[in-house]
Amino acid sequence: MAAPTMDRPTSAAPAAVQTMTIAKGINNGLRAAMEADPKVIIMGEDVGKLGGVFRITDGLQKDFGEQRVLDTPLAESGIIGTAVGLAIRGYRPVCEIQFEGFIFPGFDQIVSQVAKLHFRTQGRLKLPMVIRVPFGGGIGAVEHHSESPESYFAHTAGLKVVSCSNPADAYWMIQQAIASDDPILFFEPKRRYYEKGEVDTTAAPGPLFASRVLRTGTDATLVAYGPMVRTALDAASAAEEEGRSLEVIDLRTLSPLDLAPVYESVRRTGRLVVVSEAPSESSITSEIAAKVQQECFYSLQAPVLRVTGFDTPYPPSKLEEEFLPDLDRVLHAVDRSLAW
Amino acid sequence: MSSPEKWTHPGPDSPPATAAKPTAEQVIAGLRATDEGGADLVQLLTPEGERVQHPDFDIDITAEELRGLYRDMVLVRRVDREANALQRKGQLGIWVPLLGQEAAQIGAGRAMRPDDMAFPSYREHGIAWCRGIKPTDLLGIFRGTDNGTWDPVKHRFHPYTIVIGNQVLNAAGYAMGQKFDGKVGDDDGEATMVFFGDGATSQGDVHEGFVWAAVYDAPLVFFCQNNQWAISEPTERQSRLPLYQRARGYGFPGIRVDGNDVLATLAVTKWALDECRHGNGPILIEAFTYRMDAHTTSDDPSRYRLSDELELWKLKDPIERVKVHLVKQQWADQEFFDSVEAEAEQIAVELRDYCVNLPDPPAERIFSEVYAEGNPVLEAQRDEFLAYHAGFAGGEH
Repeated sequence: MAAPTMDRPTSAAPAAVQTMTIAKGINNGLRAAMEADPKVIIMGEDVGKLGGVFRITDGLQKDFGEQRVLDTPLAESGIIGTAVGLAIRGYRPVCEIQFEGFIFPGFDQIVSQVAKLHFRTQGRLKLPMVIRVPFGGGIGAVEHHSESPESYFAHTAGLKVVSCSNPADAYWMIQQAIASDDPILFFEPKRRYYEKGEVDTTAAPGPLFASRVLRTGTDATLVAYGPMVRTALDAASAAEEEGRSLEVIDLRTLSPLDLAPVYESVRRTGRLVVVSEAPSESSITSEIAAKVQQECFYSLQAPVLRVTGFDTPYPPSKLEEEFLPDLDRVLHAVDRSLAW
Repeated sequence: MSSPEKWTHPGPDSPPATAAKPTAEQVIAGLRATDEGGADLVQLLTPEGERVQHPDFDIDITAEELRGLYRDMVLVRRVDREANALQRKGQLGIWVPLLGQEAAQIGAGRAMRPDDMAFPSYREHGIAWCRGIKPTDLLGIFRGTDNGTWDPVKHRFHPYTIVIGNQVLNAAGYAMGQKFDGKVGDDDGEATMVFFGDGATSQGDVHEGFVWAAVYDAPLVFFCQNNQWAISEPTERQSRLPLYQRARGYGFPGIRVDGNDVLATLAVTKWALDECRHGNGPILIEAFTYRMDAHTTSDDPSRYRLSDELELWKLKDPIERVKVHLVKQQWADQEFFDSVEAEAEQIAVELRDYCVNLPDPPAERIFSEVYAEGNPVLEAQRDEFLAYHAGFAGGEH
């Protein structure tokens, strides 16, 4: 294995561009947000001394103290529900849900209180809170540790839902989410946590609620988010070797959806394949398929195709490679689209 | 104070409850008997209007203060009855009566200071009154014109919470914030009080609220109005143990107070809030009271409870005992009682007029303030909706 990358600058003045993992990007982003605003607090199970089971909050309690990085009792509704009260009091809580499969005890608080208090009070109460959720499979975990529940939250008015796919977005998007006055579900691609990339910590980031074209192409469009962005990029590279030019768009924001770049792309390529680990029924991929056929009907050369997890519970891990979309399934869908 | 040793579960040797039709006394035996657990019941004013002393929770009260508590209770009862009548006339979609719980709410509400924070459930019209909220502001949510129109920041009175028990965790977090802000520790400290019912004690969020408040030493008073019924489910369907005794399991004090005794409720709540503002919280108060009316106007309590029980609790009326005491003490005369009645009538008239003239909200309300920072997808949906309506002749809906 290669030596650890330079996530610590050697000189006093930090380099503008550093190489770091997604995990470190979120960690550094959290640190920057906490330094910028004393009202930012982190709360969750094991986020303090341990630094989180994925070490995303590593070192933060040591530097910011137990009152800003709270090791909480073990109850998700309690984490979310008390964060609501802290937010009303003027804090900006960042809650960590240890794994996405454990978010459901907190679901009631999220959909009943977090999502609705601003509307119910007609803006008199703001809920500037972030709920961080490591999500998705591919790590060989036991059940409840590999799911993709993001569509539940995208379906709920009052919440915003985003997902990062690379270290630079991880660093910036977490800070932007914390700075937002709206409650945000922040989905982190846990299987990509330790993938590295360059982060420019000085250049101003783009808007939080915007999708982004990562690779331009002319034959078909691939849309993905979170952990599937890497898969989509790999598929595009493989397709290039076969002489096919694929455009890849990282959705980044799941609610509100920013589909203008997707429409623009589909109008050029005429073909769309949407990739997600989540089951397909009534999901974010359903929403994209519906909207693209509505907006780009006359441009489409083939139906919108989806490559997703199946409409089953997440399987035992020995079968997850069959369940999860991979490069071959994505390319197969591209073939079907182009053959239409 | 709390003494679980005194209380024993009926156990397997107890006579079977279904042997014969139970008497009224038997129906309210056990968890719902005022005599059972009565040893720990804090009471300062008997149902007969006699002032009694308590070694821990006695209180000095002036004639003027007691007249004020009486006035509060009469006025909120009148508001409640008027709103109930408005529902019967079809002017409100639903109403949640507080009849019988006036002492619990006025006692607790008057114990609070302006800087304290209150998290209500949905029956806390008396607390709202004490927080300076106009009774008319309670109507929107029940008439369906809004989700509550008061300013929770200005009044320090959170919106009504319909989902049972959610507000207990929200309150625990708010109280943690008070502590983190350094507002706890002396006479000028702040505290939070959260209101919930006996049914809510079965909810996980209430349990978690107890845990959070305890481990973070939050300045939080849990104020449980045990009105004996969670719609049709009695207290014994929620617990094997008197509710105030649960506090012991979480490591903080639990106290049962006569919730129909405004003086005792005021004294105990003042003490509890004071403990919290000095950093000695949290504390659970069980206000032992009775819901004299239905759960809501959609409920029919005659299907699940005996009229004898209602008759027995009528004798414990929270307003009558204060009136008797005021008269006995010669602290109030007929002129005073008449003036309170006149004031109550005036408030009822205002409430009625306001209610029937409350306009329906504009259709744009559907889309307003869903997000603090907007949402382009929602805004496009709103624009399409408004354009659709504008397409009708004259732009009328």
